[in-house]
This record gives sequence, structure tokens and C-alpha cells, in this order.
Amino acid sequence: MRDIPASGGAPASAADIAAAVASGRATATSVIEATLAHIRERDPLLNSFTAVTEQRALRRAKAIDAARARREQLGPLAGVPFAVKNLFDIAGLTTLAGSKINRDNPAAKRDAALIERLEAAGAVLVGALNMGEYAYDFTGENVHDGASRNPHDLNRMSGGSSGGSGSSVGGGLVPLALGSDTNGSIRVPASLCGIFGLKPTYGRLSRARSFPFVASFDHLGPLARSVRDLTLAYDAMQGFDLDDPISPDEPIEPVMPLLDRGTKGLRIAVASGYFKCLNGETSAAVDRVASALGVNRDIDIPQAERARAAAFVITAAEGSSLHVVRLRKRAGDFASGTRDRLIAGALTPAHYVIKAQKFRGWYRDQVLKLFNEVDAIITPATPCTAPLLGQRMFKHGDAEIPVAGSLGLYTQPFSFIGLPAVVVPVPLDPLPMGVQIVAAPWREDVVLRLAHALEAKGVVAAKIPAV
Amino acid sequence: MKRRAGIKTKSKTPKKTKSAAEKKAAPVKSRAAKSAKPKSAVTKAPTTPTAALPDALDTLVKATAAALKLPLDPAWHGGVKFNLGLIMRMGALIDEFPLPDDAEPGPIFYA
Repeated sequence: MRDIPASGGAPASAADIAAAVASGRATATSVIEATLAHIRERDPLLNSFTAVTEQRALRRAKAIDAARARREQLGPLAGVPFAVKNLFDIAGLTTLAGSKINRDNPAAKRDAALIERLEAAGAVLVGALNMGEYAYDFTGENVHDGASRNPHDLNRMSGGSSGGSGSSVGGGLVPLALGSDTNGSIRVPASLCGIFGLKPTYGRLSRARSFPFVASFDHLGPLARSVRDLTLAYDAMQGFDLDDPISPDEPIEPVMPLLDRGTKGLRIAVASGYFKCLNGETSAAVDRVASALGVNRDIDIPQAERARAAAFVITAAEGSSLHVVRLRKRAGDFASGTRDRLIAGALTPAHYVIKAQKFRGWYRDQVLKLFNEVDAIITPATPCTAPLLGQRMFKHGDAEIPVAGSLGLYTQPFSFIGLPAVVVPVPLDPLPMGVQIVAAPWREDVVLRLAHALEAKGVVAAKIPAV
Repeated sequence: MKRRAGIKTKSKTPKKTKSAAEKKAAPVKSRAAKSAKPKSAVTKAPTTPTAALPDALDTLVKATAAALKLPLDPAWHGGVKFNLGLIMRMGALIDEFPLPDDAEPGPIFYA
């Protein structure tokens, strides 16, 4: 695949692959064969895949080539290989959700809705990806499948819980992956692995036939190495779905036609207070992005720390409720850290949960008012670059705080109220650092336009390391 | 555009005392007007009466786990207590924030 239009020997983008397949410069079969070989060669280092759907992928690729031979119109993602976090249903495979327990479940009968939509656009599923157990994770570590590793330093975390999604895209195995984001699980691995990640507005993309975590916060979305690829996938996955109760029955709003509109007219501010950068990497990354966009003002997000606390409490209670029966029957089959968090969550006083949900309504109203003043808000995506595997604490300002619970400090206050956010990778040396761009509900076009403008200026880029 | 998904509530403002963040006159300010020393994003444990005492946490873990028929190997007690302590600290942080009696919870169910 590396001989398909690409520069410097880097793996091709989704857009390049689709153009090559559509024009006949490459066949879908050759692309998928090369991708499968690449996965076989490099994934033993990255540990990002838990299953490779080789036969299915080759069948699908041959069908695309046959369609082209019949002069049929190909989709915008024709021949593009992609993989999904292993909480997406894949027909014929058991949906693991990063667990040992779910291995005893029967195989899924039908693909998740977003897989169906990507494949309807011509993309080719090549496998299922490693993830943190039951998505209750920010590290990408997993005791059952081993940690997915950071492509920039194999001794470091990929971030989680969509760890395999970050690792596989960042490591150049696939140009596109899907993840889930309840509190930051797309945005944290995007930041640590140096790639782009989109968490759309709550309800925008169907969650049908994916394993849940916290229903009131669960989002699904794409990770990619370019904004154009992210947008291609996002547009292909939009649309009402009766199988997801929070899916709005509204027309799709494609962003690709808007992507080149630039930043003119957009009012942007950097989040201050709770989001103030406390180390050199976060400061450098946010300053580069703010400077490139000509941002000269700050904005305070009211009660952001309490928003994170409320997200923490609701996640603990709602996530634990999902697993109480499994805890009663098979507590010993959870990873110890997950088990302890889930049992504790099941003991959460109801008062705190209800107060947190009431606070959520108040906080949402306050934050939405800010969008009368600005169109987008910039924050660090994570409080640090990728920690070492097994690292328990990191320095945050004057404090030492736990890695596992704190990587989502800056992402939780926004997924808590369902705002769209994109993470853009700032290629710092030696490790990349993500910056988060947040907009008002249903304004994915704003965050993707800004990300695209930053990419065009060369300020943000997904650099594929030599693993 | 009309939307079904997401949380929808009426705009409400707490009627009681304002927090430090709310007292700020305007949320948007010049980037040049940065505070001299940024505050940590992590606050120390609140000291409201709702922050449970360690002994009370021990009791809560044992009694509630038993009542819910959740297994609790003695070796797990420390980890569960640690995590419940975190939840209680976060809960106390929310608890001390005044909200009006008619504040609506976030989620809405659509039939």
C-alpha cells in the first residue's frame, strides 16, 4: 500500500486510497492485501488489534473491484481499510468490550451501524481493536489482551480507552479507526498518539450495536491522520438511526463542502482557569495553536471542575449499574482495578448522582451562553504527554496526581454536556501533544474547519514514527 | 434546527450565594491579562459535612456491598474504599454547589 500516492514512504491517507481505487491506479484488493501484510508485520509491536478480519476484508475488496469493473459508481471511501474498537459489533465475532467475561458471549449477528455506514461508502473493515476493559479507562492498558502501545515510544501508553484505535492509526497500520468516547476515550488516545480524533455532538452518530458504558455520555467517532480523512468518515456515518434512541431525526449536515472555508469570521478563545496549562508541553501546544489562529482572548468555563466531578460520579454510578450482575457472578474475572472502581460505583449514594444530573442541566445552560461570545474554545486535550506503561502518578502543577483517573481532566467537562470536540496533534519533540477544540452543539463544522486550517498552516500534523 | 437528542433544560440560575467563578464580571478577557500563577485543575478534598470520614467509608463499603449482594473479598476492600472515597469527594464538591429547588436533572427520555 505504501506505493499508493504518498510522500516519503508514509502510509497513504484514506482520501488518497479512495482516489487511487476510484481512478484505477490501485485495486481495492491490492490495498487490503498490503494493509493485512502491514498489520502482520507491525502489530506484534503495537498490540493494537485483537482480531483481524482477513477473509471478510478480501471478499469485500474483491466486490469493490468487481463493481468498478462493471463501471458502477464507487463510494467516497472505496477501498479504504479501517478498524474498530472491539466494543463495536462485528457479525460473526464476539464483542469483547476489552473484557474477559464477554468472551463467553455468542458472536454478534449483525455489524454495528457505523460499520455498515462506512462499508456502504466503500470502506473495508480489517479488524477489531484493543481497548481498556469495558471502556472504564484512560490508559490503553488491558490485563487480558496486553497494553496497546504508543507508536512514538513503545514503552509508553497509547491512552484509552480507545487505545488500539490510537495506536493503529498513529502507527500507520490503518488510515482510519473508530472509537468510543464517554469521558475522553477518543480524545485522550488521539492526544497521546499524535493523531486527529473527533467526538461529535451527543446523538450525532448512531451507537446502535455497540457495547455501552454510560448511556447518558456515550459517543462514537473517528480517529485519523488528517482532517480530510476524519471528515470523510464523519460525513459517511451521519444520519438518523431508529436503533439508537438518542439519534435525532434530522437531515445530515455534510462538513466536507465547508472544510476549506478557513477561519474567517470565527470567534475563538482559549479556556482559562481550570484549563490553564500547568506544564511546558501543554503550554507549548496550546500557544502554538492559539498563535496560529490569531487568538488573543481567554474565556472562563464556569464551574468546570465541578462538571468534571459530576461526570465522575455519574460515570461511576451508571457504569457500575451496567455491570452489577457480572460483578455478583464473576467479580474475579474483571481486572482488579476495574472491579474495584465498579464495586465502588455501585455503592454511590443516590443523592450524589441526582445532584450531579441537576448540576449537569445548570452547567449546560451556563456553557451554552458562552457561545454567544465565541464560536470555538481551545483547551489542552490531556494534562501531559504519553506516560510510561505502568506509570501511576504524574506531576501536575505542584501536585502529584494519578494517571489513570486524570488523563481526562480536560475532556470530561465537555463530553459531560455532549459538545462536539476535535483533538489536533501538535508534533512536539519527543512526544506529540493534543489540543482540544470545542464548539456549540451540532457545530462539528466549526471544529473541523479550524482543525483543517491548522493542518494547512503546518501547525498540527500526525507524524508517523518509525516503529 | 430542532433537535431531539441531548439534554434540554430551562435556563435557571442558583438563587443562593454565588461561587467565585460566577462572580467574574465577564467570562471573556484578553489573553494578555493572564493571572500570575495558574491554579491547579485539581482541588483538595472539600471539607463539607458530606465528605465521608474514613471509618464511615469502611462501614459504608461493608454494609452496602452486603446489602447489594456484591462479593467483597477482604483483599479488595482497600481498593474499593479508595475508589468510593474518590466518588464521595467528587460528590461533596457537587453537593456544596447551590442549585434551585426546581433545577431539572440533565437526561431526558424520549419514547
